[in-house]
Amino acid sequence: MMALVIAGRELRTLFLSPLAWSILGVIQIILGYMFLAQLDYYVMLQARIAGMEDAPGITDLIAVPLFGNAGVILLLVTPLLTMRLISEERRNRTLSLLFTAPVSMTEIIFGKYLGVFGFLLIMVAMIALMPLSLLAGGGLDMGKLAACVTALILLLAGFAAVGLYMSALASQPTIAAIGTFGALLLLWIIDWTGNSAGGVLEYLSLLRHYESLLKGLVSTTDLVYFLLFTLTFLVLSVHRLDNDRLQK
Amino acid sequence: MTQLIQVEQLFRYYGDHCAVNNVTFTLEKGEILGFLGPNGAGKSSTMQMICGNLAPTSGQILINGIDMLDNPKEAKRELGYLPEIPPVYRELTVDEYLNYCGKLHQIPREKLPSAIDSAKDRCGLTDVGERLIGNLSKGYQQRVGIAQAILHSPSVIILDEPTVGLDPIQIREIRELIRELGKEHGIILSTHILPEVQESCTRVQIIHKGKLVLNDSIEGLEQQMRASSVVLETRQEADLMKLYAVDGVHKIDDLGERRYRIFHDKDKNPAERIAEAAVSLGWGLLELTPERRSMEEIFIDITQHTPVMEEQAA
Repeated sequence: MMALVIAGRELRTLFLSPLAWSILGVIQIILGYMFLAQLDYYVMLQARIAGMEDAPGITDLIAVPLFGNAGVILLLVTPLLTMRLISEERRNRTLSLLFTAPVSMTEIIFGKYLGVFGFLLIMVAMIALMPLSLLAGGGLDMGKLAACVTALILLLAGFAAVGLYMSALASQPTIAAIGTFGALLLLWIIDWTGNSAGGVLEYLSLLRHYESLLKGLVSTTDLVYFLLFTLTFLVLSVHRLDNDRLQK
Repeated sequence: MTQLIQVEQLFRYYGDHCAVNNVTFTLEKGEILGFLGPNGAGKSSTMQMICGNLAPTSGQILINGIDMLDNPKEAKRELGYLPEIPPVYRELTVDEYLNYCGKLHQIPREKLPSAIDSAKDRCGLTDVGERLIGNLSKGYQQRVGIAQAILHSPSVIILDEPTVGLDPIQIREIRELIRELGKEHGIILSTHILPEVQESCTRVQIIHKGKLVLNDSIEGLEQQMRASSVVLETRQEADLMKLYAVDGVHKIDDLGERRYRIFHDKDKNPAERIAEAAVSLGWGLLELTPERRSMEEIFIDITQHTPVMEEQAA
């Protein structure tokens, strides 16, 4: 309940600054352009694959690459959204308002998280509108599209949790942004080492799990991976914030 | 009377540095406690601990009988806190901000508008409700901070230097407000401004190097401030031996030009008999003034001499 109050203010504040609007706008333009390029490609390809048996459908050729690109672009953008969550309150000394109110640390973190996650959900909805617009002229594989949307939501849930933790860690928003970006990018490419390190790094890679969900394979492994990932960073954030109170 | 705050054997270490050292005190309803101390004495640390913004190394804090460490959520319901820097969101308007604070403190939805109105009214914010806090002057931001602290009418209000950055008229208004609030709530007020304490507080505590060095009612302090010396000026040389014979006189300093400072017992004021002696012996009494120690002198006395005594003791 109290988490929702904090989340509400967080979301409100995001929209009071031009940052949220410009991020929504820029992302929509770039992804819209990519979507149209993909559509062109499909139209070009359509004649060639028409006769094929088991040919990739419109969802495979347009929606899946779109969501793949969205993942990469949001990896760059999420740090900008999450950087201010806690570090700015700490800088402006407004954290004591939350600390003095009858609210627990968990509620503070959860509220902050829900606020930024709510914003990311708006973004996902706007991205999902693009493939849905194809319904005007043809059919879509709704199951696959649902898998893509789920994948993006889970991915962003993880991104936001890392961003929140970094923001709880850093004393300045920009440092939180750089930290989040670095951590996310590292986790994205961590399996580039090849086979030498075995399966662990591969399991840790955000990209692997994201791609496997995008293919339409909603497996428990991937779901659990993202949920654990998010939860871990949320718990770490609670502990980090509690450290402000304990400061040795 | 109910004890609103009970602090017992509070310690706080930052690494090896002991910021708050064995502080024990209580605050009762209707009291306004002035919390004094030089910079870095541990005032803010103590206040932060009472408000649950900082965990004590050891010790106990009870707010209205509720343990702050075991049961922080319940205890914090009874608290209003204005930190040194008012915790305001610059991008919100005053109304939006107070609305958010009210929700954070779980004021029921139907009571929220009236609570906001009365807090704004008390802090003189009625005209600026629609304005962005970031565009307000420092004094108004400070008032918003105070409004936030009294919004949910907590039983304990803790104000860390509430009059910093205000103009003299505002300071007077805020002092008035504090006195008024003190009737129904318990208030702790930290400040550097000594007359402020004399004017608004009912009790004074001085903290120095983490230790409470004075805890007295304002009447007790006045007692301390009362003269323990008189200044005498005469036309003729006064006979010091005759003066020493007056009951209660300890010591006489000759200030030159027939002026004398006469130190005496606190409870025996010898002025009357000195005057009698001066008149009967024909010295030509020109001046007889009891001297008062200012609050400032007491403050400096306590904060500068106590550690020396401690070192000697150790």
